[in-house]
Amino acid sequence: MSFTQFIFDNPWIGVLLFIILSPFVGGIIFGLDRIVTARMQGRVGPPVLQPVYDILKLLEKEKMVVHESQNFWIFGYLVFIIITGALFFAGSDILLVIFALTLAHVFLILGAFSSGSPYAHIGAERELIQLMAVEPMIIIAAVGFYEVTKSFNTSDILAFSDPLILTLPGIFIGFVYILTVKLRKSPFDISTSHHAHQELVKGLNTEFAGSTLAMVELAHLYETVFLLGFLFLFFGMAAPIVGIIVIAIIYLIEIFVDNATARVKWGFMFKSCWIITAVAGVLNLMALYII
Amino acid sequence: MLVLPNNGLRDTIVKAAAVVTCLGSIYLLFEYFGQGQVFFSIESALIDPIIVAAEVAIGLFIIGISVKHKKYLITVLAVVQLLIMGYTEIVFHPGHMSGYDLFIDEFSLIMALIIGIIGSLICVYATGYMKDYQSHHKDTPDNRPLFFFLMFLFLSAMFGIVFSNNIMWLFLFWEITTLCSFLLIAYARDEVSWKNGFWALLLNTVGGVAFAGAILFVNAYSTGNDIYLNELLKASPGVALMAAALIGFAGLTKSAQLPFSSWLVGAMVAPTPVSALLHSSTMVKAGVYVIVRFAPVFEGNLVGITFAVIGALTFLVASGIAISQSNAKKVLAYSTIANLGLVVTCAGIGTEEAVWAAILLIIFHAVAKSLLFLSVGSVEHKKGSRDIEDMGGLIATMPKIALMMLIGMAGMFLAPFGMLISKWASIHAFVSAMPPFGMLLIAIIAYGSGMTVFFWTKWMGRLIEVKSERKPLKEEASGAEMSAIYTLGGLTILACLIFPLISATMIEPYVNTVYNTASHLLSLNNMLIMLMMMVLVLLLPLSLSHFAKGRTLKGQYMGARATGDDLKFLGSMGIMKETEFSNYYFEDIFGEDKLNKIGNLMTIVLLVVLFILITLFLPLEVVM
Amino acid sequence: MAYITKSPWIIHYDASSCNGCDIEVLACLTPLYDIERFGIINTGNPKHADVFLVTGGVNEQNRPVIKNIYDQMPKPNVVVAIGVCAISGGVFHDCYNLAGGVDKLIPVDVYVPGCAARPEAIIDGVVKALGILGKKREDMKNAGSK
Repeated sequence: MSFTQFIFDNPWIGVLLFIILSPFVGGIIFGLDRIVTARMQGRVGPPVLQPVYDILKLLEKEKMVVHESQNFWIFGYLVFIIITGALFFAGSDILLVIFALTLAHVFLILGAFSSGSPYAHIGAERELIQLMAVEPMIIIAAVGFYEVTKSFNTSDILAFSDPLILTLPGIFIGFVYILTVKLRKSPFDISTSHHAHQELVKGLNTEFAGSTLAMVELAHLYETVFLLGFLFLFFGMAAPIVGIIVIAIIYLIEIFVDNATARVKWGFMFKSCWIITAVAGVLNLMALYII
Repeated sequence: MLVLPNNGLRDTIVKAAAVVTCLGSIYLLFEYFGQGQVFFSIESALIDPIIVAAEVAIGLFIIGISVKHKKYLITVLAVVQLLIMGYTEIVFHPGHMSGYDLFIDEFSLIMALIIGIIGSLICVYATGYMKDYQSHHKDTPDNRPLFFFLMFLFLSAMFGIVFSNNIMWLFLFWEITTLCSFLLIAYARDEVSWKNGFWALLLNTVGGVAFAGAILFVNAYSTGNDIYLNELLKASPGVALMAAALIGFAGLTKSAQLPFSSWLVGAMVAPTPVSALLHSSTMVKAGVYVIVRFAPVFEGNLVGITFAVIGALTFLVASGIAISQSNAKKVLAYSTIANLGLVVTCAGIGTEEAVWAAILLIIFHAVAKSLLFLSVGSVEHKKGSRDIEDMGGLIATMPKIALMMLIGMAGMFLAPFGMLISKWASIHAFVSAMPPFGMLLIAIIAYGSGMTVFFWTKWMGRLIEVKSERKPLKEEASGAEMSAIYTLGGLTILACLIFPLISATMIEPYVNTVYNTASHLLSLNNMLIMLMMMVLVLLLPLSLSHFAKGRTLKGQYMGARATGDDLKFLGSMGIMKETEFSNYYFEDIFGEDKLNKIGNLMTIVLLVVLFILITLFLPLEVVM
Repeated sequence: MAYITKSPWIIHYDASSCNGCDIEVLACLTPLYDIERFGIINTGNPKHADVFLVTGGVNEQNRPVIKNIYDQMPKPNVVVAIGVCAISGGVFHDCYNLAGGVDKLIPVDVYVPGCAARPEAIIDGVVKALGILGKKREDMKNAGSK
C-alpha cells in the first residue's frame, strides 16, 4: 500500500497534517515570498522563517483591543479557516468547504466592523467587495470539478484519472486571477495593504494588535495552504509533479505581479473579477456540455 | 374580532386565539405524522353553493372598490375573472363530481406548521406592536378590530390553500388572500397605502385571471376528476402542463417574482406585522406552495425551465437591488423576493432533489425572515427610523433585539444555518438539470450568492459597529413583541439543529411519494459536518468570557489626531468634527430602477415566449 | 528567547523635523541599507509597532499626536529619538514655540545624534533599542508570572 493510498483511506491524517504543518509550510512559503520580493528589488531580505517570528512576536505583546468582542470574531475567523482547510484535506464536499470559507471571512469582516474604527470600517467594506468579487468564481470552479468528475468530494476529485486542467482551462485561468485577490497581493490588495499607510493605515487590520493580529496572520497562513491545495485539484493525483511545478510557477508570477503593479481602485477589481469569471469560467462550464 | 373593543380583553383573546391556532397546527402534526397522504371528502350539498357565492361576493367587492377609487383596470380584470368563473360554473358544473375536497400530506403539514406557528406568533407580536403603532401614527384611523379580523382570516385562508385538493376551493382561498393582503396593505388609508394596495391588487388579479383560466381549461379539456389536485398531477401531460403553467403564472404574481415583484416592495407601507405575515408565512408562500406542488409536472420540460430561469433571474436582480437599499424593510423585501426566486428555480427544475431543496428553503426562509421583520419593526418604533444607517451600534443600545437580528441574518445566508444548507442542496440539484440551462442557472446563483453575502454582512457590520460605550435601553420592546421575537430566534436555531430530522421524517417521505423513490438525499457525512459546524458556531460565544480577561482597552486609531473617546476629531480651522460611518451602496451598479427595468424586460419576454409556445403547441396535443 | 527582537516593526513620526532626518530614516528602508534583513517593517499603525522613531522636537501642534501614538502602541515598546532636534531641540532649542526634545513628553530609550543622523547611525540605534526591547519583554513576562 502506497503512502498516498494510506492517506486516502484515513482522512483524519490529512486533517492532522494540515492543522500541524500548515503554519510552517505557509510560513516558509511567505518567507520565500519575502526573500524573492527582496531579490527582485535588489535587497537581501529577511530570514525564511520571518513570518513565523512575526506571529510569535505578536503573541508576546500586550493584548490591546478596542472592544473585548472583537477577539471573538477573529477567533471565529481562525477556527473556521482551519475547518475550511480540514474539511478540504479530509476529502469532503467541496461546496461545504467553500461555504465554510465564506463564513470565516464574514467573521473577519465583522471583527473589523465591531471595532468601530473609520479605517477598519473602510477595510471591512473593501474586504466585503473582495468577497463578493471572488465568490462566483469559486462556486463555478467547484461545479466545474463536479461536471468532469461527477463528484463534489475533494477526495474523488483528487483521485480522478485525468488532470482536470485539460478540461477546465478557462476555470483555471479565472481561479488564478482571483487568487491574487485571495492572497492579498497587489494590484488587488485593497482591503489591507502593506503599502497603503496614507489612505488606509492597515485597513481591515488597523485595530487588531498583539495576539489578535497574530490570529489573523496565522489564519492567513492556513488559508494560503488551503488555496494552493485548491489549485492542486486542477492536476490531482493524475499529474502531481506537474501540478507542484505549475503551482510554484504561478506563485512566482503572483510575486512578480505584486511587485510590478500598483494598487487599483476597487471598482476595477470587482468588475474585472466578475467579467473574467463570466468569460473564462462560465464559458468553460458551458463548453463542458459539448465535450 | 370585528366587534371587540380596543382594549386588553381583545389582546387577550387574540393571544388565546393565536395559541389555539399554534397548538392546532402542532396537533395536526401529531395526528397525521407519518401517515402520508390522507384525503377527506365533505358530503354536503350546501358547500358548493357557498363556495360559489363567496367567490362572487369577493369578485363584486373588488369591482366595487376599484370603481369607487377609479382603478378601472382592476375592474376589468375582476370582471373578466368573474365571467370566466361564471362561464365555467354554468357550462361545466364542476364540483358535483365525487372526490376528495381536502387532503393532508407531509408538505401540507409543513406549510400548516409554518402558518400556524409563525402566523400566530406574528399575531401575538401585533397586539403589542399595533398599540405603539397607533400612538406613533395619530392621523391613522384606529381600525384595529378589522386589522385583527383580517389577520386571522388571512391565516385561515392560508390553511385552506394548503389543505385544498379541489382547485375550485383552492381558488376561493387564493382570492381571499388577495383581498386580505390588499386591505391590510392599505391599512393606513392614506394616499400612498391606497396606491400601493391597489398596485398589489392589480398584479394579483392578473394572477387571479390566469388561475381562473386554468380552471376553465381543466374543466373544458379533461374529465371532471381533474379538478382535484391529486388527479390533476397524474393527468395527461398536456393538460397538467397547461394547468401548471397557468397556475404557476398565478403563483409568480403572488410570490412576487419578476416582473411582478414591485407589489411586495410597495407593500412595505403596511404596519410591520403585515409585512412579516406577507413575507414569511402567508401570501408569498401561497405562491411558491402551488408552484412547488406542481413541480413534478415541470421536470425536464420547457415550461419548467422557463420558470426556473425566471426564478433565477429574480434571485439575481433582487439580490443586486438589495445591495443598493438602505431602508431595512426594503432590503428584507428584496431578499424575500430573491429567496422565493430560488424556490421557484428549484420547483421549475422539478427533480426530486430540487423539490427537497425548495421545501427546505421555504421552511428556513419563513422562520428567519419573520424574525427579522419583527425585530426591524420594534427597532423602528424605538429609533423612529427604519434606515440601516441609523442602526449603527445597535448591539450596544438594544442588545437583545440586535442579537436576535444577527441570528436571523446568519440564518439567511451563513454556512451552518438554514438558507445555506438549502443553497448547497439547490446547487447539488442544479448540476443535473437540463443542459445547457443547468449551468446557466448555476452561474446565476453563483453571482447572486456573492451579492447576498455582501448586503447581509454589511448590515450585520452596522449592527455591531460600536463607536464608544453606550448604555443599553431599559425596555427594547413590549413583552408581547419580545416573546414573539425570542420564540422565533429560538426556532431559527432549532430549525437548523433538527433539520436532518425534518428532512427525514417530513420532506423525504413527501418527495419519495411524489417521485416513487426511496432515496436519501442527505448523506450522513455531510449532515454530520453541518451539525458539527452549527454546534461550533453556538459554542464560539463561550470564548467571549476568555477574551474579556487581561485585555487593555484603547480607543480607535484616528490618525493620531483623536481628541476623545467619542471619535470626534479636530478638523482644519479648529472645528470639531464627528466621525460618521456609512455603508457602500453602489447606486451606479446596482441601482433599483436600472436593475428592475432589465429584470422586468427579460422576464416579460420569457413569459410571452412561453405562452406563445404553449398556445401554439399544447392544445393540439390535448385535443388529439 | 524573545521573538520580539527578531521582528521589530517600526512607526516613524516626523514631529517638527526639517525632513533631513526623515529622508535618512527612509533611506534605511531602501535596498542599499535594507533593514528588512532584521525583520524590520515600517508600519503606519502604532497598534502594530514595537519601535517608535521620532524626528524633530516637541511643539504645541504635535504634542497630542506624539502622546497619542505612544499611548496606542502595545507594550513592550521602545522610543528612539533621531537627530539632535528630537534629542534636545537642536538649533531650535530656544524658539518660543518649542518645548524641547521628545523626552520632555515621553520616555526615550535610545538617542541617535546627528544633523541629520546618518542611516548607519539610525540602524545602530534601532539595533541598540532591540536589546532594550528584549529586556522589557523579560520584565513584562516576569511581572506577569508573579
